[in-house]
Amino acid sequence: MTMPRTPKPSRLAGMNGRAALIAATIGVAAAALPLVLSNYQVGLATEVLIFGILAMSIDILAGFAGRTSLGHGAIFGVSTYVVVYATAHAGVPPAAAFAAGVLAATLVAAIFGLLAVRTSGVYFLLLTLALGMIVWGICLRWTQVTGGENGMRGDVRPALLLTNTAFYWAVLAGAAVVTFAMWRFVRSPFGLTLRGIRDSESRMRSLGYNVPLHLFIGFTVSAFFAGVAGAMYAMFNNFVSPSTVALAQSVEGVLMMIAGGVGTLFGAFVGAAAIIALENVVSAYTERWQMVLGITFILIMIFAPEGIIGKLRAILTRKVR
Amino acid sequence: MDRRQFLKSTTAALTIAGVGVAPWRSAQAQAGPIKIGLLAPLTGVVASGGKEMVEGVQFYLDQVKSEMAGRKVELVIEDDASNPDTALQKARRLVEQGNCHMLIGNLLANTGLAVANYVKGTGTPYFIPIIAADDLTQRRRIKNVIRVAGYSASEFTHPLGDWALKQGYKKIATISQDYTFGHEQCGGLAQVFTEGGGEIVQQFWHPLNTADFSPYLGQLADLKIDAIFAMETGADATRFIQQYASFGLKAKTPLLAAMNGTDQSVIRTLGEECEGIISPAHFAEGSDNPVTQKFAKEYEAKYGKIPSLYGFSMYSGVMWIDAALKKMGGKVEDREAFIDTVLKTELDGSPLGKAVKLDAYGNPIYDVYIRKVAKRADGKFWNVPVTTYPNVSQFWKYDPETYLKQPSYSRTFQGIKKG
Amino acid sequence: MSIFQLLNGLTFAALLFVVASGFTLIFGLLRIVNLAHGALYLFGGYIGYAIALKTGSFVLGGIGAMAAIAAIGFVLDQGLLHFVRGHELRQVLLTLGFAFVLNDLALVIWGGDSFTVPIPQMLRGGLRVFGVFYPTYRLFVLVTGIVVFAALWLLLNHTRLGALIRAGVDDAEMVEASGVNIRRVFLVTFLLGSALAGLGGLMGGAFLSLYPSADAEILVFSLAVVIIGGRGSLVGVGVGSLLVGLLNTLGQVMFPELAYFVIFGPMAVLLAFRPLGLFGRAA
Repeated sequence: MTMPRTPKPSRLAGMNGRAALIAATIGVAAAALPLVLSNYQVGLATEVLIFGILAMSIDILAGFAGRTSLGHGAIFGVSTYVVVYATAHAGVPPAAAFAAGVLAATLVAAIFGLLAVRTSGVYFLLLTLALGMIVWGICLRWTQVTGGENGMRGDVRPALLLTNTAFYWAVLAGAAVVTFAMWRFVRSPFGLTLRGIRDSESRMRSLGYNVPLHLFIGFTVSAFFAGVAGAMYAMFNNFVSPSTVALAQSVEGVLMMIAGGVGTLFGAFVGAAAIIALENVVSAYTERWQMVLGITFILIMIFAPEGIIGKLRAILTRKVR
Repeated sequence: MDRRQFLKSTTAALTIAGVGVAPWRSAQAQAGPIKIGLLAPLTGVVASGGKEMVEGVQFYLDQVKSEMAGRKVELVIEDDASNPDTALQKARRLVEQGNCHMLIGNLLANTGLAVANYVKGTGTPYFIPIIAADDLTQRRRIKNVIRVAGYSASEFTHPLGDWALKQGYKKIATISQDYTFGHEQCGGLAQVFTEGGGEIVQQFWHPLNTADFSPYLGQLADLKIDAIFAMETGADATRFIQQYASFGLKAKTPLLAAMNGTDQSVIRTLGEECEGIISPAHFAEGSDNPVTQKFAKEYEAKYGKIPSLYGFSMYSGVMWIDAALKKMGGKVEDREAFIDTVLKTELDGSPLGKAVKLDAYGNPIYDVYIRKVAKRADGKFWNVPVTTYPNVSQFWKYDPETYLKQPSYSRTFQGIKKG
Repeated sequence: MSIFQLLNGLTFAALLFVVASGFTLIFGLLRIVNLAHGALYLFGGYIGYAIALKTGSFVLGGIGAMAAIAAIGFVLDQGLLHFVRGHELRQVLLTLGFAFVLNDLALVIWGGDSFTVPIPQMLRGGLRVFGVFYPTYRLFVLVTGIVVFAALWLLLNHTRLGALIRAGVDDAEMVEASGVNIRRVFLVTFLLGSALAGLGGLMGGAFLSLYPSADAEILVFSLAVVIIGGRGSLVGVGVGSLLVGLLNTLGQVMFPELAYFVIFGPMAVLLAFRPLGLFGRAA
């Protein structure tokens, strides 16, 4: 039986030390960004962080449990909707609204999970896509609550975080916490079980693991993080409309994850940065940005399916050899 | 005192100093061009309308050689992709990165509302010749969001309700896209029509982009009604008009439409099925007013199509801005003064061929045409005025204060008076 | 539900069938969730519209749309999907990227106005059926849907190609092992599926009109049909189309606020009990 090896304590400590050093360096660099970026670029960087979290939450499932969700955009958006609604229409303070949003996303995802964990492969894609469509349909049509096509606006962002820079720092801190939590999650025994399921479902089943239950929990946890990102997005935009829960949102999240590298977790931020930068740069120069984006999708799928981080890694190892 | 508070009080102090400060600020900045950020949907559902918005703006800027009040004008165009999230991001870019002095544009209400909410925080003047949401000039007004050359959704359906009564219609059913723009247009008609003794028999609300209208047309055909009011825009309008004719309803029941329903952007690709449809609007491309005719002819010569609402509105909107800037010597940097001047400016050179001014709430007062789609000599269709209601404001004949006490029109409140 | 509304549901279902049958053929045999199917539909509609307008012939428009979309399908399959065979997720996202490109191309060529494919004189106007006045063209769509169903049924059940496709849906490797060039069967299926999207575009373009985002709408309906019906089953698509078409009409008439929910709600419930759809079999 090949249970994952537990590294020796000393090595673990060493690893952690180096990882902590790298993390700290990146953290400091990220925190210093507003000093060199323009106000608008700080806004973009905030968006990168938020979508990085979304992409990372998708990676928990895709990279570690072998299930790619096309419904995470909808789960993300449920949280956005609830946060905007709670602050703008129910007068709930921002922190409580934030919690309510994350909770709502997690609950919706639990229902999704119950339906979806029995499937795999293309069926899982289709099913999560369809479930996401239901959420979109409700947001679009339940006009009395969601504002329908027009969406809802309000002053969601707490007064303390009104400037772009302050908000960026807050999101950065949140992203750091969430990233650490996700990293711990995929390296926990539970995460290792998910990887086992990804590699061979039948083997894990014969080993006595409750596969659907593990997937269900994995799905819900992943959705929790997507909900955190969605709640941040509500504060970022002070606005929500059905396009936030549309299929395009889910697809964008998946693309960022792939562009970064499936199963690399942190690659999600690189992917998010790459896609957001591309959208911005290209749309500034040509009306045909959609075509450029489409061609980029195609090229990534054909030539760099392992993503930017994965590609770099591959090139580096080739050089070492 | 935190930074924001500090900024606020500094701005306040500067504003109080007003006269003394403003000339110095503008003198310094006047070296550069006036930067106008244009947001238009160049991709997505309403891409064709977006293209015409850009054309309308460029048509005007070409005529004035990109110069307003002696200063060069720099136009920065961004695609909002018919998507509010994108619109918001592009608005940020235009304001924060592009340092635009003002924003203009957006077509879909959701994109406009998203941007309005954003500029509420930045104070950037934002002009909306096309965004028609009533409350932007009524209950939830934002000072720096101004509807130059635009209209509020229920402004024209009020007189349409009155006109329907005068035709002797007793019973009307409405069918509409299910969002604020639709609720407000239907509400305007329903309130005036029922207060005058008419009856709204039934109201249908369907999602935007309804592929198949047959279920609704089936129900409409069964009703005993004198006319149908349809509030449809874009592709929905094309489909509705077409299916309305193919189900044989055209021969049975007269069709009244919202102005967007028979706009050039819709009827341009249609045939005889659109002939005879009635709609209310401030602009009629088939009007015999010489100024309107000149505009339509020149526009058609340049872009190869009869101008639509989008082209016309953006053209007039930019003209309005130009007129205001001329009055204040091009000092666009003084936002407060700029906004005040725009609000006070009366536009007399617009393609409407008559002067237009804003009411006390920042919404234009127009002579409203009741228009009918007719065939032009060359076989193309266009809107020709039937009657005119002079000086119609967004409040119709109501007292503004009383009117604002009633709720905004919504799916549940249509102002219907129970007979 | 009145006869009239029943006919509305049936005619819409017939169009859905034509479009979704192409989708399920490709999905069933090649295991590709082709998210470009909606874009192929719309592009086919535009091409059919352009040809029909130029030649004045609806039939030529149909043939042109089918041929052109089959050709585009060829490029997609041989030129692009070829490189990502066997990777489900990469295939899905590649087709989505392709859809972006096609849609933007359509915007460049035809602009964003809505167009309606001109229908021939003999199909204009209405007929009296079961006591109601009903547009002739929509009845024609219904008939076409039935004809396409019959033709596909004959193809699948009474030709060698059909037998290979059916066998391939169940176990492609087995078919290949028996010495058949399964690649060629794959290709033919892909072209056929694409051509059906093109045909659907022309048919739909004449009564639902063509405009940017029409692709996404028809794709969503097709997905619902295929999810309900099950992968690769012709009968499944038939039943799925009927269900979705009728539910769509019913939803709009009875529960306008829940119009989408009426379609997707039952679908979710169904999936809870039959994750592979009504007629789907495990791969």
